[in-house]
This record gives sequence, structure tokens and C-alpha cells, in this order.
Amino acid sequence: MPPSVDSAPLFAEQASGSLRLIGYLALAAALMTADYRSAALVAVRAYAQNLSAPAYWLATAPVRLARSLRDASAERLELVKENAALREQLLRAQAGLTQSGPLQEENSRLRELLDARARLHLQAQLVELVEVDLGLYRHRLLLDLGSASGVAVGQAVMDAHGLIGQVSRADLDHAEVILITDPGHAVPVRVVRNDLRAVAYGSGEVDRLELPYIPFSADIRAGDELVTSGLGGHFPAGIPVATVTQVRGDDSATFAIAEATPNAGLTRGNQVLLLSQIADPPPPPATAADAPASAPEPQP
Amino acid sequence: MSRQREGVLLFWSSLLLGLLLMVIALPEALRPWRPFWLGLLVIYWSLEAPERMGMGRAFGLGLVADVLVGTLAGEHAFRLVAMAFIVLRFRARMRFFPMWQETLAVLAILLNDSLLTLMLRSFVGATVVDWRYWLAPLVAALLWPWWFLMLDDLRRRSRPREASS
Repeated sequence: MPPSVDSAPLFAEQASGSLRLIGYLALAAALMTADYRSAALVAVRAYAQNLSAPAYWLATAPVRLARSLRDASAERLELVKENAALREQLLRAQAGLTQSGPLQEENSRLRELLDARARLHLQAQLVELVEVDLGLYRHRLLLDLGSASGVAVGQAVMDAHGLIGQVSRADLDHAEVILITDPGHAVPVRVVRNDLRAVAYGSGEVDRLELPYIPFSADIRAGDELVTSGLGGHFPAGIPVATVTQVRGDDSATFAIAEATPNAGLTRGNQVLLLSQIADPPPPPATAADAPASAPEPQP
Repeated sequence: MSRQREGVLLFWSSLLLGLLLMVIALPEALRPWRPFWLGLLVIYWSLEAPERMGMGRAFGLGLVADVLVGTLAGEHAFRLVAMAFIVLRFRARMRFFPMWQETLAVLAILLNDSLLTLMLRSFVGATVVDWRYWLAPLVAALLWPWWFLMLDDLRRRSRPREASS
């Protein structure tokens, strides 16, 4: 083995070290810019990500092992208890469904009357999560399904309790989900009680959303349920999102901020529902008015 | 030749282990405490075996980490290259530090890395961190002496009956 190079650190060597540092940092910065600004690296990433499948498999092995051990060693009594609890949940859910049956009928009748085009047909797919940690402050999850199976950027992801987020990147066999709690994420919501509309922003904490710029006169208070409003066409309307915990004035004392806790279990669970994209977002009202034949006569 | 091959094996398997430890799922309460294993590895190898871990390999390792974690291509590469550079620059001094001083130096490098990460992420979008963000470098620095001794010991075992290096 040759003697190590650092035995006599010369100035020339240090200078070349700095030069290489600058070179590498510039290369890294160029890569980051390319990845952020353009789609040039998407294809490269999609294939590179494939190579990381074995790494994910290895990294999730302890979790799988722990789970199978727990399943194997769980007392029979516990299992029976769990079974009973699940049965009760199922019953409640069914009761809820039958209760909402007449409402749905009425709703669809009204919709037909209104000749509304957009009808809520939620098609969902159960998808496994890859239980790896993508960073504490990054608010991302990894789905075990990718663009090869038709997953596309923008698809909404939810669990049994509410909205989790949306697909932010789809590689061939994996897809990354951005959580609604990411500080860069926003979802249009409405208050179930009175249809008040607002936008719920991620706060950067896993258990808090923020709804800023609400007028003080608006009727919103702790305990209000928030569901997606469907505005913007990204999320289907009516998915539970969060529950308001408190309303306070913001720093400028001009508007109120409502804080809410997401309904979905963002940090637990190993399966999620991937909603298929809304087929066609409702057309802007202007197009209907433009059609000359069917447009009603404007008021003089 | 076999001892050299074993050293190579230790080097690459330590990198693979570091990558796995970075993404392995932890209970929610433990997540903020996870040290930046790749950083510790880059510091160790560029300190003790700079012919194995230079800025080029730190860059490559960072790119692999970027693909694995899904960060912007180049983020981890940037951080690890910066780390490797600092260690290589101060290597002659750091190697003769007593352990506590070396640990402090490692802590400084890791804190610098945490700052750098915040800076890089803030260019891309909103990033909110709380005080727990600074736990990870502290934990990593506290682990450093054991980490160092363990890797040193493994390395010595991988080349038996060699009196001096």
C-alpha cells in the first residue's frame, strides 16, 4: 500500500483540495437545481429507485420480524378481544352506511335534478406502505406501488379515518406521498357544520394543521369537523381531514387562525387507501354560459 | 492480500449498514434521536483511511443516500463532501487530539452539517424544525468514542498479525 498522502500537508495540496471541494459542491448544487427545477432527472431517478428495492427490503426486515413475532406470541385472549373490537367497528360502520343510504339517495336525486356532471365515485385501492423512515422533518411516506402499476402524481391518499396526503413522486415500483402536515402542503376544506370554506396548511408538526386568514366574524370553533371541499379539483370532496382544536388571533390581530388535528393516523398503520384520480374536474361555469344553444336568455 | 480484501469488505459493509440504519423504521419517540450514521462513517473513514474515503466517494455515497431517502439528488452528496473536506483538512491535527477533544471536533462538524441541511432545505421549500432537530448531532457526538473504538477494533481484527501499520 502506498504511504498515505497526508504525511506532509503542503500548501499546493491544500489548494487542490479546496478546488476539488468547490468542484464537488458545484456539481451537487447543479444536480439539486436540475432535480428541483426540471424533470430531467425523473427518468434517471425512476430507475435508480429500482435498485434501492433490496435496501428497502433489508431495512424493513426488523419491522416485519417484530410484527410476526408479536402476532405469533399474542395471547389467544388478546386476539379474541381484538376480534370482538373489530366486529363492533364493522357493525358501527355498517350502521353508518345504512343510515346514510337514504341521504345518498336523496343526494343523487337532487344531483340529477341539477344535472350535475361531477358525481362522487370514489375508487380506492389498498396499498401497503414501505415502513422506512424518510426523515423526521420531511413528512413523507413511501408506497409499495409505483408508476408501473398506474400510480400518478397527485392521487389522494387516505386511511379509514381521513386524508393522509397526496402522491408527490411516482417511481417505477414506489411512490412518495407528501403528508398534509408538510409545511409546503395545503388542502381546501370546508366546515361540515356550516359549509364555511378555508384552506388547511401543514404546520410542520405531525399532529397539527393551520387554517390562517379566517375573518374574526366567521363561525368556526373548536370541535368543528373539516372535510375536503373539492375545490381545486385535487381531492375528491367530502373526505374527512381534521378536527378544529382551537381558534386564536394571528400575529397581526387582523385574522383568526384555526388549529386542527388531522383525523388520519399519520404516524401509524401500514396500509393506506389510494384514491383514483377524479376523471374530469367540473368545467368552469363560463363554458356553460358560452354555449349559445342551451344558454338561457340573459336578463335584460 | 486476503487481509486487504477483508479490510475492503469491512469498509463496504459498514457503508451498506450505514445506509440501512438511516432508513430503518424506529418507534416514534426514538426518531429524533437517530444519529446521522453516514456522517459518522464518512468522518471515521476519511480520518483513519483517507485513501479509502475521499471527497469523490463521499459524493457517490451521498447520491446513493439521496436515491434511497428520496431527497433532492445532491443533497446528501453536498453534506457528505463538505464533511469529508473538513476532516481531510484538519486530519493531521484531529488524529492527535485526545478522545474528548476529538469528540468535540466531531460535534462541531455534525452541528455544521445540521445547519447546512437546514440551509439547503430552505432553498427548496418551507422546512419547520423544532428543538429536537439538534438532538441528533448531540447523540451522534456522544456515540462517537464508542463508534470510533468499535470500528478501530474491527479493523484491527480484519488484519491479524500485523505489528505496525
